[in-house]
Amino acid sequence: MKTDIILAGVGGQGILSIAATIGTAALSNDLHLKQAEVHGMSQRGGAVQSHLRVSSKPIASDLIPRGACDIVLSVEPMESLRYVDFLSKDGWIITNSTPFVNITDYPEVDQVIERIKSRKNSIILDADKLAKEVGSPRSSNIVALGAATPFIDIPYEAFEEAIRQIFKKKGDRIIDANIAALKAGRQAADDQLA
Amino acid sequence: MQKLLLLGAEAIAQGAIDGGMSGVYAYPGTPSTEITEYVQNDTLSQERKIHSQWSSNEKTAMESGLGMSYAGKRAMVCMKHVGLNVAADAFINSAITGSNGGLLVTVADDPSMHSSQNEQDSRFYGKFAQIPILEPASQQEAYDMAYYGFQLSEKFRIPVLIRITTRLAHSRAGVARKEILDQNKVDLPSNPKQFVLLPSIAREQYKDLLNSFSGFVQDSEESPFNQYFEGEDKKLGIIACGLAYNYLMENFQDDNLKHPLLKIGQYPLPRTKVEKLMEECDEVLVLEDGYPIIEELLKGYLAKEKVKGRLDGSLPRDGELNPNLIAKALELASEDDVIEIDQEIIDIVKNRPPAMCVGCGHIDAYNALNEALSEYGIGRVFSDIGCYTLGALPPYNAINSCVDMGASITMAKGAADAGLIPAVSVIGDSTFTHSGMTGLIDAVNEKSPITVLISDNFTTGMTGGQDSAALGKIEDICKGIGVEEDHIIVFTPLKKNHDMMVDIIKKELAYDGVSVIIPRRQCVQTTRNEALNERIKELNLR
Repeated sequence: MKTDIILAGVGGQGILSIAATIGTAALSNDLHLKQAEVHGMSQRGGAVQSHLRVSSKPIASDLIPRGACDIVLSVEPMESLRYVDFLSKDGWIITNSTPFVNITDYPEVDQVIERIKSRKNSIILDADKLAKEVGSPRSSNIVALGAATPFIDIPYEAFEEAIRQIFKKKGDRIIDANIAALKAGRQAADDQLA
Repeated sequence: MQKLLLLGAEAIAQGAIDGGMSGVYAYPGTPSTEITEYVQNDTLSQERKIHSQWSSNEKTAMESGLGMSYAGKRAMVCMKHVGLNVAADAFINSAITGSNGGLLVTVADDPSMHSSQNEQDSRFYGKFAQIPILEPASQQEAYDMAYYGFQLSEKFRIPVLIRITTRLAHSRAGVARKEILDQNKVDLPSNPKQFVLLPSIAREQYKDLLNSFSGFVQDSEESPFNQYFEGEDKKLGIIACGLAYNYLMENFQDDNLKHPLLKIGQYPLPRTKVEKLMEECDEVLVLEDGYPIIEELLKGYLAKEKVKGRLDGSLPRDGELNPNLIAKALELASEDDVIEIDQEIIDIVKNRPPAMCVGCGHIDAYNALNEALSEYGIGRVFSDIGCYTLGALPPYNAINSCVDMGASITMAKGAADAGLIPAVSVIGDSTFTHSGMTGLIDAVNEKSPITVLISDNFTTGMTGGQDSAALGKIEDICKGIGVEEDHIIVFTPLKKNHDMMVDIIKKELAYDGVSVIIPRRQCVQTTRNEALNERIKELNLR
């Protein structure tokens, strides 16, 4: 198997937690992994992205080649379009629909959503709303991850186990909240794919 | 054994710890910061009492690392590429003194300047100093090179440069550890003059360095980090340095690269391997994730040119490499591969540059400074490297220069010398102790009419909130340097204090001498740092 994912969002939205979860799940299934991110300047409320590569064979480049990306997984809708030139023709955009407006020229959200929908393969979900509904308002990033799990060839249970590992120090309440967030995202994706 | 999932930077840290290191010396700088943070947080490192506190700048870090090496123990010095400019005096001379205990200098370059002022290539410095250089292509190699690097250093009694780039430093993959080695004991150099660079001694040491060079080349020839891969299609040979190897191989899965390939991970170059490739092949493509250093080295002046790379347009002259650029250089791309992007998508995605955080004290300081300066016109504010550099962007448009650490004060002084009065500096607390103090001494000694804002947020902010050497010391330092007490003023940068701040700044702008104004408020990103909160309380800084 191979899955190349670009994680996208704004500095502070928790895309590195998504990367850590997928990474832990991949390693526990004996898969090869490379995950590249940019620190420093990008984090101060700017656009951030991470290249995440999972494969059953050794991986050469840490960067995903343009045109080879399978999934753009985004916590912010406009950000999901920033890396569209990396996607393969059949690649998926999976994105939160709640915008993060910290620039003065942010476009009309409806137009952004329409552009995303005009692609052949997309899943758009209100991850912020779903996170609130399961009582975990800060976990919209994990909700978005849940929606991507049907497309990553790793058993769903491995993602739950990864969450347990990563959030271990934060206690059972936080772990359960994130497990619920993951499930909510997965359910939303299943509903749209059905 | 279970592999660890490590960033390239972390792999170097783990390799150094397992390789018997006794101290890491560094100043924060992207993409090198995580090396030292890993050592600080590592259990084994704490048990072994490995030194890991931040230095006030890269020069003091280099010198302290050299001091530990003098005493016989293994030390690593870490910095980003421009940090090597700061450490250069000590670094170049450490090649003349040589080392005693193993000494590694790990420098993280930033091709495409993701978080830097330039994309300078530290291999130049290694060549300048005439020491061996190691350049990993994977997280595992990064671990191995740090692990074995101390042994290489001790074999030749010379510091060794490890050069990495952002895409390895900040990328995670699985790493297997090796057997953990003991640290060295204190053991002074057998030659008591080794580190005394009086001309008479230095000349001898320099001859020794020059004579060692052939030994470095021999080590490169035998090194597992330099590999020659045979290939049947000799119309083209390829030299791939460091990370460029990955981008090349991304285009050739399942072993179908038909050209001879020389993978370089240790310098100086393995001469016989390079000569073999150049002999066998009609043309040679040189792939470097940095400046075209090897490419330039190999290009002839008069003979028919067979070397291709950045200098002849096969690859872009600047920026980092990636698999697509290499595919283009090898003419692998076909018409079908051109990806058409919907113009409407391009139009809708707006720039989202980094910005100061909501609630940042720098913002309130800039708002007051802008208003206070409004009667004098724009163009008078000199700044440098930190979160406060973001004041250059709209809506603040508050600063007019950012060149290097500490230049805010010295450039303001120079502009004032030229007649631009008032001239203003905006500098951070950590940058002030890094290299602002010496500029302030110059200004005080000449009673320059500059106004220095030391925006004190108790931290080294942009790199993630590391400890600042300046904590609780700024007023005393300024007094010690000779700034008049009446012209050292502290206030808390908050919206409600805006008018008060404007009045104070205006008054000091009019003063015909050095003024230091200290807007002081804790960085909002550090409020959960308990150790810092304790220190702030102890020092009564709120």
